[in-house]
Amino acid sequence: MSFTMIVFYVLSAILLFSAFRVITAKNPVHAALWLVLAFFTSAGHWLLLEAEFLAISLVLVYVGAVMVLFLFVVMMLDINVEQLREGFWRHFPLAATVGLIMAAEMALILAAPETRLADYAPAAPLAADASNVKQLGLEIYTTYLMPFELAAVLLLLAIVAAIALTQRERKDGKYVDPARQVEVKAADRVRVVKMDAVREEAPQTEAADAAQSQ
Amino acid sequence: MEFFQSLLGNEAGLAVWTLLKIVAIVAPLMGAVAYLTLAERKVIGYMQLRIGPNRVGPKGLLQPIADGVKLLMKEIILPTKSNKTLFLVGPILSIAPALAAWAVVPFGDGLVLANIDASLLYIMAITSMGVYGVIVAGWAANSKYSFLGAMRSAAQIVSYEIAMGFALVGVLMVSGSLNLVEIVNQQGAGMAGGSILSWNWLPLFPMFIVYLISGVAETNRAPFDVAEGESEIVAGFHVEYSGMAFAVFFLAEYANMILIAALTSIMFLGGWLSPFPASWGLLGASGFFWLAVKMALVLFCFLWFRATFPRYRYDQIMRLGWKVFIPVTLVWVVVVGAWMMSPLSLWP
Repeated sequence: MSFTMIVFYVLSAILLFSAFRVITAKNPVHAALWLVLAFFTSAGHWLLLEAEFLAISLVLVYVGAVMVLFLFVVMMLDINVEQLREGFWRHFPLAATVGLIMAAEMALILAAPETRLADYAPAAPLAADASNVKQLGLEIYTTYLMPFELAAVLLLLAIVAAIALTQRERKDGKYVDPARQVEVKAADRVRVVKMDAVREEAPQTEAADAAQSQ
Repeated sequence: MEFFQSLLGNEAGLAVWTLLKIVAIVAPLMGAVAYLTLAERKVIGYMQLRIGPNRVGPKGLLQPIADGVKLLMKEIILPTKSNKTLFLVGPILSIAPALAAWAVVPFGDGLVLANIDASLLYIMAITSMGVYGVIVAGWAANSKYSFLGAMRSAAQIVSYEIAMGFALVGVLMVSGSLNLVEIVNQQGAGMAGGSILSWNWLPLFPMFIVYLISGVAETNRAPFDVAEGESEIVAGFHVEYSGMAFAVFFLAEYANMILIAALTSIMFLGGWLSPFPASWGLLGASGFFWLAVKMALVLFCFLWFRATFPRYRYDQIMRLGWKVFIPVTLVWVVVVGAWMMSPLSLWP
């Protein structure tokens, strides 16, 4: 067994275990962290396939950004685990049926002779100086230009929609415009009133003086 | 390398050789971290008309060693209601990316542990994982202050990472490469003939400034240190940590500072290239010396910022990141793109 194979099996074992823990962990924060491990390990699989650009992008996008926001939300939630588990056995038959059907469909597709999985020759190892960043760029901007641009437009649409959905004025918002904030002069906030010193002519001063001299 | 390969066989020899190279990077890095803490206290001290530590050893030079020994001797306290495993995983998650990123940082022409093609991308991916240490530590400690610190830090780091990424897009556009070695070599060429004017800081000036400031924010340094905010949330995400577990966070923060300084020098200040013409003999020669000088300059700026600026308010941090830095970098990406296509292009 070559070194690559050992790495592959170790990575796969970690990947399967962490994926299993994602759905079995009781604490949602733990589940999210196991998912981070799963992403990271599958990036290792990409590396084994000599697709370092995709591997690093996976870590950058999913581990570095998406899962951070996910954890952010999950940590804020106050989840009652007991309440979540209540309906487990009642929903189990339906969920199990759906799961089994999906697994069977995948198995069918992979096992069908029309898929011709066996015909795929293992990819020839790339030359040491081959840049798959450049190759990917060439492919995306020539052969797959149309789907790529469509995906980009779709993502842009999603961004605009998400911002539009959250952009509503709050009545109790206390937002202040920083530009107006820095323009404030002392005179806008404090009014200095000039007035003469006032001497209080109180009768008890004499009484106090008298008490002191005694 | 040949020596170890003849001694241990091909693969084991390579592994031992690589491990030795890793030690050769990490050991000086840890030394640099220790003395950066001393430099910080000294520099800030003089800026505030104090002397700073001067008791331990000659001129206080052994102060970091004393601090390290003190932290080693202290007990590590596990809070009763904390999540024990994650509480201990937190510091590890923050130091591991801070060290792993150094794998692709070149110290001279060809003087790099792993000269991979997509090293810029690798740096971005690895540094983006540093935030997990902060979040996990803050959450696992089961303390309100820690949690507040973790939430602030997560939001802040994610926001500034975008601006930082766009600043790097500018760099890779003009370099035409994701490889850090090539990025430096490209700065040595071009119309200004490899002088200080041809380095990326000048044509990409807005991006240089955005990168530098985002770097300060990414490392949670003052004036962006709301994650720690000792005057409002005690010490933020590491309030419950003591002894060596705390020291690991400290090491990670300073290792990240040095990393940002190295990256700024490599991507915008010409890396190991000399600012003087090659005819000046020793001063004109490129080498690690110049990279170290540039890193020291950037690190001094970090300390200077801390002594100079008051802490940003949280909403101001968010506004700066999203409404100022990202638009600035976006516009400059378009400007650079147009510039490169025009006859005035500086880049071949």
